[in-house]
Amino acid sequence: MSYGSAGNALPLNNFRTTKTRYSGIFAWIFSTDHKRIGILYLISILSFTSVAIVIGLLMRLELIAPGETIVKPETYNALFTLHGVIMIFLFVVPGLQAIFGNFFLPILIGARDVAFPRLNLLSWWCYMIGAFMAVLALFTGGGAPDTGWTFYVPYSVRTSTNVSLAVLGVFVLGFSSILTGLNFVTTVHRMRAPGMSWFRIPLFVWASYSTSWIQILATPVLAITVLLVAFERLFAIGIFDPASGGDPLMYQHLFWIYSHPAVYIMILPAMGVVSEILPTFARKPIFGYKAIAFSSLAIAFFGYLVWGHHMFTSGMSDTARWIFSLLTFLVAIPSAIKVFNWVATLYKGAIQMSPALLFTMAFIFLFSIGGLTGLIQGALATSIHTHDTYFVVGHFHYIIFGGTGFAFIAALLYWFPKMYGRLYRMKPMYIGWGLMFVGFNALYFPMLILGWMGMPRRYYDYIPEFHFWHVVSTIGSWILVSGIILIAVEFFRARKHGEIAGDNPWGGVTLEWHVPSPPPHENFDVIPQVTWDTYDFEHGLPEKTAEGASHP
Amino acid sequence: MEKQATLPYGKYVMVWFGLLALTALTVTAASLHFGKWSVLAAIIIATVKSSLVVLYFMNMKYEEKIFKIMLAVAILTLMVIMVLTFADILFR
Amino acid sequence: MSTAAHADTGHHLEHHQDHTGAKIGMWLFLFTELLMFGSLFLVYSDYRMQFPADFHYSASTLDPLVGTINTLILLTSSLTMALAIAALDRNRHRVAVRLMGVTIVLGGIFLINKYFEWSAKFAHDLYPGSETLSLMAEGERQFFNLYYAMTGLHGLHVLAGMIIIAVMLWLVARKPRQKYMLLDVKPARVALQDDSERNLLVLPAGEDLHEVHVTLVYEKHEELSRRHLIHLENTGLFWHLVDLIWIFLFPLFYLIT
Repeated sequence: MSYGSAGNALPLNNFRTTKTRYSGIFAWIFSTDHKRIGILYLISILSFTSVAIVIGLLMRLELIAPGETIVKPETYNALFTLHGVIMIFLFVVPGLQAIFGNFFLPILIGARDVAFPRLNLLSWWCYMIGAFMAVLALFTGGGAPDTGWTFYVPYSVRTSTNVSLAVLGVFVLGFSSILTGLNFVTTVHRMRAPGMSWFRIPLFVWASYSTSWIQILATPVLAITVLLVAFERLFAIGIFDPASGGDPLMYQHLFWIYSHPAVYIMILPAMGVVSEILPTFARKPIFGYKAIAFSSLAIAFFGYLVWGHHMFTSGMSDTARWIFSLLTFLVAIPSAIKVFNWVATLYKGAIQMSPALLFTMAFIFLFSIGGLTGLIQGALATSIHTHDTYFVVGHFHYIIFGGTGFAFIAALLYWFPKMYGRLYRMKPMYIGWGLMFVGFNALYFPMLILGWMGMPRRYYDYIPEFHFWHVVSTIGSWILVSGIILIAVEFFRARKHGEIAGDNPWGGVTLEWHVPSPPPHENFDVIPQVTWDTYDFEHGLPEKTAEGASHP
Repeated sequence: MEKQATLPYGKYVMVWFGLLALTALTVTAASLHFGKWSVLAAIIIATVKSSLVVLYFMNMKYEEKIFKIMLAVAILTLMVIMVLTFADILFR
Repeated sequence: MSTAAHADTGHHLEHHQDHTGAKIGMWLFLFTELLMFGSLFLVYSDYRMQFPADFHYSASTLDPLVGTINTLILLTSSLTMALAIAALDRNRHRVAVRLMGVTIVLGGIFLINKYFEWSAKFAHDLYPGSETLSLMAEGERQFFNLYYAMTGLHGLHVLAGMIIIAVMLWLVARKPRQKYMLLDVKPARVALQDDSERNLLVLPAGEDLHEVHVTLVYEKHEELSRRHLIHLENTGLFWHLVDLIWIFLFPLFYLIT
C-alpha cells in the first residue's frame, strides 16, 4: 500500500518559508507562530530526552549484575535522579501538550494562532531557561542532585548536592507549563471557528483542554513546594524541618497534590492523540464522542482526589488511607470508558494499517497493563507489599512510556507529514515498532515480577535471586533502544528526503487535513465555516481527497 | 465604542467604606477574646471582605457567566485539596 | 514578495483585541496565585492546629497597629486602582494617571512599613536561622518561618504590582503615535515609517509596481486608551489579588492573640 500521493514539491508558501522580522535561527527562537514554537519544543524536548534515554541505558547496564558494574553507588543515585528529573519535567510533562498541542490545537479548532502568541514564545523561553538551570545543577555546587525526582525532605534539604538550583529550575519550568495551559484554555474558549461548537472540537482538543486546566490549577502547588525547599536551603526557613517542628509529611502532601495530577498532564494528551488516530485509520466516526470528551474532564478532576495513594506507607492517618484508596479506584472508571470506546471504534471499521495505528494499538495494550497494575497499588493491603518496589517502577513505565511514550511516537508518525510535508518509509517504522514492543515488554515486565518478589526501587545492589530478571530487563533495554534509533534515523532522513506527502495522506477529516502540508503562516486563508461533526467521513473530508488520492 | 465596563465612582467608594467597616469589626472582634470562635469570626469576616473585592473591585458581579464558573472551579479545587489533606491531619 | 510585506503590515495595523479573552487569560493566571497562596495557607492551618498556644503567643509579638494600618493602606490602594480604571474608561486621562500614581505611592508606603516591621524583628534576633529563634519552641519557630515566607512572598507581589502599574502609567501618560512618513517614492523602493523611524511598510523594487495605495490609520487618544484599558483592567485584577491575600494574612498573623 502506498500513501505518497500528490506532486513532487512542497507548497512554496508554508510556515517555514514565511519571511519574518528576523532571519536565520532568530526567525525561529523569536517567532510567535504557534507552529514554529511547536517545532522548537519538538527539537529541544527530544534533545533532552535522548540524554535521559542514555542515562536509563546506563542504569540498566549497572544493574545487569549485582555489586558494582560500571558506576559507583553515588553516581547511580545521581543517575536515577537525572533520569527522573529530565524525563518527567523536560519530556513527559511538556511533551505532547507543548509540541503537538502548540502545532495542532489552533489548526484543529480553525484558528490562526493561539490567544496569546507572545506568551506562547515566553513559555518556550521559560522551558529553555528552566531546563538550562536544571542541567547546570549537575555540574555546579555540590554536584548532581541525588534525591530522586521527588526531592523529598528532609534529605533534599540536608544533601550537599546542588538541589537548590535544580528546584529553582523546576520552578521556572512550572511557569512554562502554566503559560501553555492558560494560553490553551483561552484559545479554546475564544478562538473556535464559526460552527466549531463545543461538541464538534476534536477529542485531542478536549484532552488538551483538560490537561491545560490541570497545568493551571496544580502546577502552582508544586511551584510553592519546591520554592519552600529552596527557602529552607538558602534562608534557613525550615518549614518542613522536623527539628524545628516542621512536618515532612506536609511536603509529601503538597508534592503529590501536584505530582499526581501531573501524571494526567502526561497521559491525557496521549489519550487525545489515540482518539484522533483511531477514527482516521478505521474510517469511522469515533465511538462515544461525548463519553470520551467528558471522561477527559472527569480524569482531570478525579486526578485531584487521589494523591494520598503515594503516601500509604508514610505514616498518614488510617482515615486518610482508606479514603484515598477508595477515591483511587474512581479514576479507573473514566480511563476504562476511554479504552472501551477506542476498541469499539475499531469494530466494523474499514481498518487501514499504518505505523501510527500500530503504535496506537500498542498504547491501548500497554496502558491497560499499566492501569490494571495500578489498581493493585490502589488497594491498601497489596499496596503495602508492593510499595517502593520495582512493581511501582514497572507500573509507572507501563503508563508513562507504554502510554505517553508510545502515543508520542504515534502522534509523530500521524502528524509528521503535516508538520514536514514529507512521508517516511513504512518498513523501518514497522520494524522499529516490533523492536520497541518486544524490547519494552522485556524491559519492564520483569520489573513487575522483581517488585512482586521484593526488589526495592532505587537500589544499587541486589541479592542473587533477582539476577535472572535483571539480565532479561537489561537485554530488553537494548532491543527497545535499537527500535527507537531505527525510528529516529528514519524520521531524520524523511524530514528532508522523504516522499512528498500531499495535504491528506491518511484521508483524515479533522481541520488540519484541510490545509496544505506544511500549513501556511496563519494556517487558513479564510477561516473555515464548520458545518459537519468531527470524524464525519461523509461530509468532513476535504474536497481534494474526497475524489480519490489515498483511498486504498 | 464599547459600553462602559466600570461602575460609577461612588459605588467604588461605598465598597471601600464597607471594607473599612469590616476591618474595624475584625480588629474589635479579635480584642474581645471569643476563644475558639475568634479564628472562625476572623475567617468569616475575611471571606466577606474578599467577596466584596472580587465582586465589585474586580468586577466579577458584572462579568459573563464563564468567569463565574471558572472561579468556582478554582475555589472548589482548592477546597478539595484542603479537605482531603485534613482527612490526614485531623485523624493522624 | 511584496504580498508578504503587505500581509505583515496589514496584520500590524488591524491588530484587534479580544477584551474578554485577555481577561480570561488574566483570571486564569490569578487562579495560579490563588492555588499557590492557598497551599501556604494549608501549611499554616496544619501547623496552627498542632501548636495553637505557640501561635497565639508568637502572634502577640507582632504589632496589630502596624498590621491594621497596612490593611487600610492596601484597601485604599485597591480603591484608587479601581477608580483609575473607571477614569480611563471615561477617557479622563489625567485623573487616571494621578490615581495610578497614588496607588503606587500607597504600595510604597506599605512596603516601607513592612521594612520597619521586619527590621525590628531582625534587631531582636528573630529571623530564620537566628540563634534566638533556634532556641524557641517548635510552634514559635514555625510561626516565624511562615510569617517570613508568606509576608515575604506577598511583599514581592506588592513590588511586582507597583512596577506593572508604573509601566501602565507611562503608557497611558505617553502621547499617541501620530506621524507617518512616506519615504523614497522612487521607482526603486517604497517605504513607510512612523515618527520613531520604525519601518511600517517596505516594498522592494519591482517593474510591475506602478501604484501604491496606502491607508493611514491615525491613533486617536481615545482609541489608544481603549487599548490600554484592558491592560489596565488586568493590572487592576492583579493588584486586587494582592489585596485579597493580605485580607487573609492580616487576621491570621496579627489578630489571633
